[in-house]
Amino acid sequence: MTIPDTPPVLELRDVRKTFGSVVALDSGSLALSPGSIHALVGENGAGKSTLVKVIAGVHRRDSGSVTLAGSEVDFGSTADAKDAGIAVIYQEPTLFPDLTVAENVFMGRHPVRAGGAIDRHVMNEQTSALFERLGVSIDPSRQALGLSIADQQILEIAKAISLDARVLVMDEPTAALSGIEVKRLFTIARALRDEGRGIIFISHRFDEIFDLCDTVTVMRDGAYISTHNIDDVTPAEIVTRMVGRDVDTLFPKTEGTQPGDVVLSVENLGSPGTFSGITFTVREREIVGLAGLVGAGRSEIARAIFGIDDYASGVVRIDGNMLAKGNPRKAIAAGIGLVPEDRRQQGLIVDMSVARNMTLVIRRSLAKWGLMSSRSEYDRAHDGAAKLRVKAGSLESDAGTMSGGNQQKVVLAKWLATNPRLLIVDEPTRGIDVGTKAEVHRLLDELAQEGMAILMISSELPEVLGMSDRVLVVREGRLTAEFSRDEATSEAVMTAATRTEEAA
Amino acid sequence: MTRTLEATTTAPAAPSVGTRLRTLLFGRSAAIIALLVIVWIIASVSVDNFNTPNTLYFLILDVFPVLLIALPMTFVIITGEIDLSVASMVGLSSVTIGALFQAGVPVPAAVAAALVVGIVGGAVNGFLVTALGLPSLAVTIGSLALYRGIAVGILGTTAVTGFPDVFTDLVKERLFGRGTAIPTVLIVFIVLAIIAIVILHFTGTGRSTYAIGLNKEASAFSGINAGRLKFWFFVATGTVSALAGVFWTLRYDSARGDNAMGLELVVVAAVLVGGVSIFGGRGSLVGVIAGVLVIGALRSALRLADVSSDVINVATGLLLVVSVIVPSIITAIQRLVQRRRAAAAAS
Repeated sequence: MTIPDTPPVLELRDVRKTFGSVVALDSGSLALSPGSIHALVGENGAGKSTLVKVIAGVHRRDSGSVTLAGSEVDFGSTADAKDAGIAVIYQEPTLFPDLTVAENVFMGRHPVRAGGAIDRHVMNEQTSALFERLGVSIDPSRQALGLSIADQQILEIAKAISLDARVLVMDEPTAALSGIEVKRLFTIARALRDEGRGIIFISHRFDEIFDLCDTVTVMRDGAYISTHNIDDVTPAEIVTRMVGRDVDTLFPKTEGTQPGDVVLSVENLGSPGTFSGITFTVREREIVGLAGLVGAGRSEIARAIFGIDDYASGVVRIDGNMLAKGNPRKAIAAGIGLVPEDRRQQGLIVDMSVARNMTLVIRRSLAKWGLMSSRSEYDRAHDGAAKLRVKAGSLESDAGTMSGGNQQKVVLAKWLATNPRLLIVDEPTRGIDVGTKAEVHRLLDELAQEGMAILMISSELPEVLGMSDRVLVVREGRLTAEFSRDEATSEAVMTAATRTEEAA
Repeated sequence: MTRTLEATTTAPAAPSVGTRLRTLLFGRSAAIIALLVIVWIIASVSVDNFNTPNTLYFLILDVFPVLLIALPMTFVIITGEIDLSVASMVGLSSVTIGALFQAGVPVPAAVAAALVVGIVGGAVNGFLVTALGLPSLAVTIGSLALYRGIAVGILGTTAVTGFPDVFTDLVKERLFGRGTAIPTVLIVFIVLAIIAIVILHFTGTGRSTYAIGLNKEASAFSGINAGRLKFWFFVATGTVSALAGVFWTLRYDSARGDNAMGLELVVVAAVLVGGVSIFGGRGSLVGVIAGVLVIGALRSALRLADVSSDVINVATGLLLVVSVIVPSIITAIQRLVQRRRAAAAAS
């Protein structure tokens, strides 16, 4: 609980940021000391990214204070933040691929000769000097196109140093790096720390955090939780603080149901670079939770099962029958429904009426002699809307005009109309209000009770733990753990989802 | 699902008959139908000889190729694609008939061959767009040049004429005898229009067509195979364009490579005037047919009033611009009202 005595170079206090009715960041606080590497940890959706974006000038805070080297700042743009000495190194930097390395480093402030022509010689020499200081060898005159992600990050760091940034934010920089590249990055980070700069380091990998950082701040649900000296804390304690919530009472899960026959069986499913060796089953009356970090490959697995994406190896069976790959129509015919991750882009056609959205999948079975009428669509949609308590002014208004929770109910109704054997729900309650969230949970439980097999992808740990009969954990495209309902605890799932077996 | 929650749903039990009729047939094309009526009334009152059977007869024959091609073009544009090769296909079809007739092939066989050319030409467009994923704008600009090039290459600048009177008279025949307004060939259009309207507005295929144009990704997640549908729509534009080529050749008794030059722009313009969104997903066939007729009526009336052809072109262009702007303004207002209503319902 000790915070170093040196005055912080960057301090955030009770920073709040909302988007409409969604509170992305409730009260973010952080004190970054000069000459320190400060880890920022939290679950997906804890508000880390929003906090970084406020620091970087992408978002403007609603309230709270941000002070840089003692004076209050309020960045209106990323350029403001840059000028003030803040540099953000993203996981995958966006460079100008057709320009040279040196041109990228000096973008917007190229050294010029008399007459206004760019002085390549000076620019290349200065870039070389920067790289030398960082202990790396990249040719300043080569094209940026084709640089490895690690080298691209180094280029960004070189740029930050040439701007004399006092604060560097590294947002999950190691996610796409190999072991050697991570070591090189850490060497550079330590050198920058020793020069007296402050570094904020975001990572899900505890081994890295404990190797590199000296201080760690934990966030949860958009709020500041605690700050620790790294020597005073263990990974297990941090995990507890990241997830520490009372989850058991919130979920209307019926306990003790006996699952029936296997509905979905996935064998050794693989798609190069995305996931591999995925084997699992989902049975009747069973809710299987698919947990893991964002980007671990969970949605991709669902897309492959449903046939949106192709896969390279493996088999998907429904009720024992092999399912053709890459064909959503056959998947639907076999009894799969998919409530996708992105409601507005994938789940719904927002410019189409609610009624038509609800009947889009069953359009053929709804037709009589091949002909369909708005009447039959409307009646069918009305039944679905009544069952799920959809609140709509009119079923004929565009789906996009409804609230997020009602939109999600429409997507659910759309798939329930097909009477699926297996329902895959991807982030079923993301971005919807608490009341509707509970309704969705109750519905999922009811459906399972009635015999449906449900595969639920969720980044919200409480939801996974509260709703699932079994929990599967995906990490970097592989199934790394399976827990029964009784075994599944926040700590166990988080540990399996991050790379900390040895540390925990 | 054991709960019965009928009462808690705020949506009304069924939409009113009037609402449904409007959604079904007119949608956003009510404005263009009103415009057609206005143009017609003004022309009838102020232009001598406009409201006569003979004028109407020639008006229909003049717009007939556009009417035909606008039907499949509506499907293509609603899916968010475009086919600019249609006029070149009219030319290629015409040349196919001409060249075969010159070589001694009987007219019915030559016509059949022209239709096959249309099917193949459409399939080539469809394949390039759907199987290779190329943008239809680029593909059909290419086939616009390609088909026209082949057509002109085969016959050069010469024309094949002298088709048997049986056939040339057939396309000019009046359904109800001398002096009446309706050409017999209009039956061909009416049959095709009914088929098109049923497919677009009363079948699952029609629903899919709109869905693809509004959101391709969500359509895929609903099990709609966009590629297959688009392929067949391109085949349809090719085939119907070839059919328009048959009409063109027989009506003017002239098979030429440069027949119907520039007609693709008239067709696209008419479809857009008819209220179809160039971005896909919106529009109705009733509107499109009205759109074609508005342009036809306007041009015919101005010609009868001895207005110079330059002014006629300016007027047509103005109509195009205005009618593309007006529907988007109407939509914007409708959306605003809808949002307000939804907001009121939510609170």
